[in-house]
Amino acid sequence: MTDKGLILACSAIGAGLAMIAGIGPGVGQGIAAGHGASAVGRNPGAKGTIMSTMLLGQAVAETTGLYGFAVAIILLFANPLIGRL
Amino acid sequence: MGNGSCLLSSLLSTGFAGQTIQFSSKDDVTFGVDGFLQYELFGQKLWLTTTHIAMLIVILALVVFALIANRVIKRADPEKAPGPFLNVIEYMVESIDNLTKANMGEKHGGKFSNYIGTIFCFILVANVAGLFGLRPPTADYGVTFGLALITFILIHYNGFKYQKMAHITNLFKPVLLTPINIIGELATPLSMSLRLFGNVLSGTVMMGLIYGLIGKFAIVWPSFLHGYFDVFSGAIQTYVFAMLTMVFISNNFEEE
Repeated sequence: MTDKGLILACSAIGAGLAMIAGIGPGVGQGIAAGHGASAVGRNPGAKGTIMSTMLLGQAVAETTGLYGFAVAIILLFANPLIGRL
Repeated sequence: MGNGSCLLSSLLSTGFAGQTIQFSSKDDVTFGVDGFLQYELFGQKLWLTTTHIAMLIVILALVVFALIANRVIKRADPEKAPGPFLNVIEYMVESIDNLTKANMGEKHGGKFSNYIGTIFCFILVANVAGLFGLRPPTADYGVTFGLALITFILIHYNGFKYQKMAHITNLFKPVLLTPINIIGELATPLSMSLRLFGNVLSGTVMMGLIYGLIGKFAIVWPSFLHGYFDVFSGAIQTYVFAMLTMVFISNNFEEE
């Protein structure tokens, strides 16, 4: 195996590992959505406020997952390690 | 010249374009930024990419819409009931006014409805552009980082305007937390731009994979995926970007 091939293979594995970061936002968004649903059940009149607060919180919780996604994309398509050969 | 700065400059200036960064290695899977035309400016090799062209189309669409809206508003007769198009425009303007006033307060909200409305229209149309066969301009880090930088400058301009020097001294409030405060301020545009970029890019990558890998079998059924990735996700991210901009700017108003 050439050096470049090794780096490419390890980068692909690393990209896959980086997407493990998707677990956290998934759990967090699920918790936020569940609490939002129970809040709407308790107080249906405040549906608009609850929805917007929930979406904002979910979007902020998603950030860490997107950092993982950015790392995976950089490893796959803009690999900085190949230049170090 | 190190590779890191090369990557950074290519990320910032031309997005994911250029010869070192290849999204589409094969002909059948295309979800990357493709360069159409190479030119040189100040000794740098730059590309005219799909992002620029998609963005020009988006801006043209918005300008045409604005011109028509302007014409309709000028010719509107206040005595009569407004027509359907005028109703839609009034609803848009009113809802954005209400949004800014609800989130930034009655006093300051009206001043920012211009900016919020502009970025709302632009990001929404840019995100939905995937429906029309364009590559969404917001799936390019250059575009989203530019938008986030405008917000960043606006945050700190208003910070200095409303809090004077306290805007700087607040950074050193608990002396031990100074580095964390500074990093937190600098991370704001980074996280805002990465959030928009990541969401739109993930949708683009998924659609590119679906159309590229199972080409002939992707006939009608990907339309619901378009509905999710382009319309739903795009609208949510637009709302979130505008909302976060409003929240960060109005943080500066409270401690007057």
